[in-house]
Amino acid sequence: MSDETLNARDVKTLAADWRDRQDREDWSAEDQSALDAWLKQSSAHMVAYLRVDAAWSRADRLTALRGSTPRRDAAPATRNRRPIFFRIAAAVVVLGIAGYAATNFLTPHPKYQTYATQVGGSETIRLPDGSRIELNTNTVLRTELSGGHRFVALEKGEAYFDIVHDAQRPLIVQVGKQRIVDLGTQFSVHRDEGRLEIKLVEGRAQFESENGAKLALLTPGDVLVKRGAALTVTRKTERVLSDELSWRRGMLTFLHTPLSEVARELNRYNREKIVIADASVARLTMNGAIPATSISAFTNTARDVFGLKVETRGTNIVISR
Amino acid sequence: MNAADVNAWFVREVLPLEAGLIRFLSRRWRNQKDVEDLLQDVYMRVYEAAQKEMPHPVRPFVFTVARNLLINRSRREHVVAIQSVADVDLLNVFDEEPGPERNVMAREELVRLQEALDQLPPRAREAVILRKIEGLSRREIAERMGIAEQTVNRHLTDGMYALAELLWGKP
Repeated sequence: MSDETLNARDVKTLAADWRDRQDREDWSAEDQSALDAWLKQSSAHMVAYLRVDAAWSRADRLTALRGSTPRRDAAPATRNRRPIFFRIAAAVVVLGIAGYAATNFLTPHPKYQTYATQVGGSETIRLPDGSRIELNTNTVLRTELSGGHRFVALEKGEAYFDIVHDAQRPLIVQVGKQRIVDLGTQFSVHRDEGRLEIKLVEGRAQFESENGAKLALLTPGDVLVKRGAALTVTRKTERVLSDELSWRRGMLTFLHTPLSEVARELNRYNREKIVIADASVARLTMNGAIPATSISAFTNTARDVFGLKVETRGTNIVISR
Repeated sequence: MNAADVNAWFVREVLPLEAGLIRFLSRRWRNQKDVEDLLQDVYMRVYEAAQKEMPHPVRPFVFTVARNLLINRSRREHVVAIQSVADVDLLNVFDEEPGPERNVMAREELVRLQEALDQLPPRAREAVILRKIEGLSRREIAERMGIAEQTVNRHLTDGMYALAELLWGKP
């Protein structure tokens, strides 16, 4: 029977301990019966033991490496580790550089480039300097890269920036009439109908007006929201931010979120639109993570868990009591 | 079912799914701290099921067990998370037989072991190398490393634990 009070880490530690004792010279018949008894106590014990035992037995194959290891007697053992892997890794690195040089040579990174994703789509852009930009659903982004500067304009939608900092060439993200100047950083920017939201995950970034007037200096956890002339900065925990950015893994995470808002989020990612028919339904809240492009995950919950009616009308999916 | 058969089956068919299972569970469960315990639960259920009858094909069975576990947990904790469990995703899982993890194990096991060994804490790695590659006894290892035999035992236990984590759990 499954006993959920067993802590997996404790069980694995005990299993490793048994396996290790079994490997010692003083292992006796009594020890073996004690082990057998422990294994019979719970299948959690059994699977943890099988798991560590299999890993340890397979490690015997490591003796295959012995022949390739120069014999040494007094030298510390750490000197002769990783013979094979090292060589493979080195080969991969060389290929990598050659491959990179070749693609770079054949298709030089264009100075101006526009990227767009469809509803429900996503794309990761890798810049030559090693920076990464992840585009979320329904997003348009323009890059302008030259020796002298790095400029990106978010025309619409949402993107996550993981920027390799270069003090000589700070990356500038233009959003409408404002811009964000990276000071070594990871952040997301979401632009939606007159509302702009920046979430700063790591490092620092400066939020400025178009003419360079400094509006805010953002540090990790800061969430800046600008709607019209109103600008607020709030602080969120790392956990909350990471939930809010779970779209990067294709998921939407909710915590006591009203269904109206869940629907609004999902509608960003899907051509079918969820319509919540009455206010009492809109106020229901849910927790958990849903794949962003799976409307059925949501409608199944609405039907099975909340007992709501789900009707398809054209591209609308109407949820009601 | 013969116990030795079930054990061999579990090692051969189920353990290689571990990295995929961890990914599956952590994508669908909010609190990442629970994932290790959830994995243990999946293993227990799969193992107990196999004692009665060995499931075939293995992979969809194991992932269905994982999905059902998540559903039950969510209900019990009054968390409406189920959907977590998008059926869409599960279909993809079913298609992957025999699964990329399996192939990796078959093709590159030695490299994988070597990588795992490389990532052990330094003292544990040294002890494991001396025991497994050099074939020294524990007393010889103690002499070589200039530490007590008991400390060698501790390093080897740590090494076994970490080796299992890396070999099965690492993507």
